[in-house]
Amino acid sequence: MFTLDAFVLGASGFSEGDILFQLVMFLILMALLKKFAWGPLMGIMKQREDHIAGEIEAAERSRAEAKEQLEEQRKLLKEARQDAQELIENARRQGEAQREEIITAARAESERMKEATLREIETEKDQAVAALREQVATLSVLVASKEIEKELTLEEQQKLINETIEKAGDLR
Amino acid sequence: MNHEAPLAEFLGLTFNLSNVLMVTVASVIVFLIAVLSTRTLAMKPTGMQNFMEWIMDFVRNIIKSNMDWKTGGSFHILGITLIMYVAISNFLGLPFAITYDHYLWWKSPTADPIITMTLAVMVIALTHYYGIRMKGFSEYGKDFFRPMGFLFPLKIIEEFANTLTLGLRLYGNIYAGEILLGLLAGSLATGLWGTLAAALPTLAWLGFSVFIGGIQAFIFVMLTMVYMAHKVSHDH
Repeated sequence: MFTLDAFVLGASGFSEGDILFQLVMFLILMALLKKFAWGPLMGIMKQREDHIAGEIEAAERSRAEAKEQLEEQRKLLKEARQDAQELIENARRQGEAQREEIITAARAESERMKEATLREIETEKDQAVAALREQVATLSVLVASKEIEKELTLEEQQKLINETIEKAGDLR
Repeated sequence: MNHEAPLAEFLGLTFNLSNVLMVTVASVIVFLIAVLSTRTLAMKPTGMQNFMEWIMDFVRNIIKSNMDWKTGGSFHILGITLIMYVAISNFLGLPFAITYDHYLWWKSPTADPIITMTLAVMVIALTHYYGIRMKGFSEYGKDFFRPMGFLFPLKIIEEFANTLTLGLRLYGNIYAGEILLGLLAGSLATGLWGTLAAALPTLAWLGFSVFIGGIQAFIFVMLTMVYMAHKVSHDH
């Protein structure tokens, strides 16, 4: 079936042209593939690599930014809370002070009113006493005059009138 | 089975027209696959682009396992082209062999030692070229006397042994595969029972040959990069 020649290198004839042809073909193939296939493919792979690297970088940057903003927001919130606390404290203090003030004022007012009322009562009393005294005087004079009318003679009466007029003149 | 090679004389050189045909076919197929699958490139790869990118990464890993990417990156294109070409060449002879007028026309181009040795010599020549270019001639020359001066003869032998084994390993694997396929398909399959008996082992051997073809393409590129690393790296 097989002659031994089939297993011996070059026994079937040494075709040196094939060497040249294979070499040239391979180099041509490599050059063509580099231009039309591997070049563009490597380009797109490089591009993708760059793209991914860029995306990762962007993601990292935005994450840092977000963290920063979160920190800032947290700080702002804390500040706002503090402010609110302060405001409430202030309002409470102010309210307390106002209450104190109002109470004091009210107390003073009531004191004053009491005072005034007492004074008025005193005055009224004095007046009433004076009026009463006058009335009593008048009444007593009346009673006296009635008594006197009964017993007084004309002379005595005249004398008393004169006395009275004199007294009145003294009083004037 | 004893087929002749269709030889022809041209410009004083002998051409095996079968090799010329198959080299051309393999090159065209590789070119078509590569170009068609990279026609519509996208940032989000789909379909064949994924496959091509996988091959690129595969070869990149082969190179990276031998040398650092800074020096190895320039051999990337060589590696991808080589692995595609050798793999396609290995697969070409599997589906069928065509003989015409007792001449064997369709076969794996890598089933011919001339072709594989051409590739091997080309690779070794490239390693020497890049060795001189990247390290300078004196450093390149000194490498032959490392680690010991008396190893110089062995180093010289090694260069030839490397070349021979690189080319003949590929040739032997593919050629043996094709011979067995030819035996199974041509000689055993005579008559109905013969055909039935041959079908199963042929299928098995075909599957194995596909495996062998892929493995040999990988080994060829791997060894290319190993030899390249020997020549261009400083630490070896």
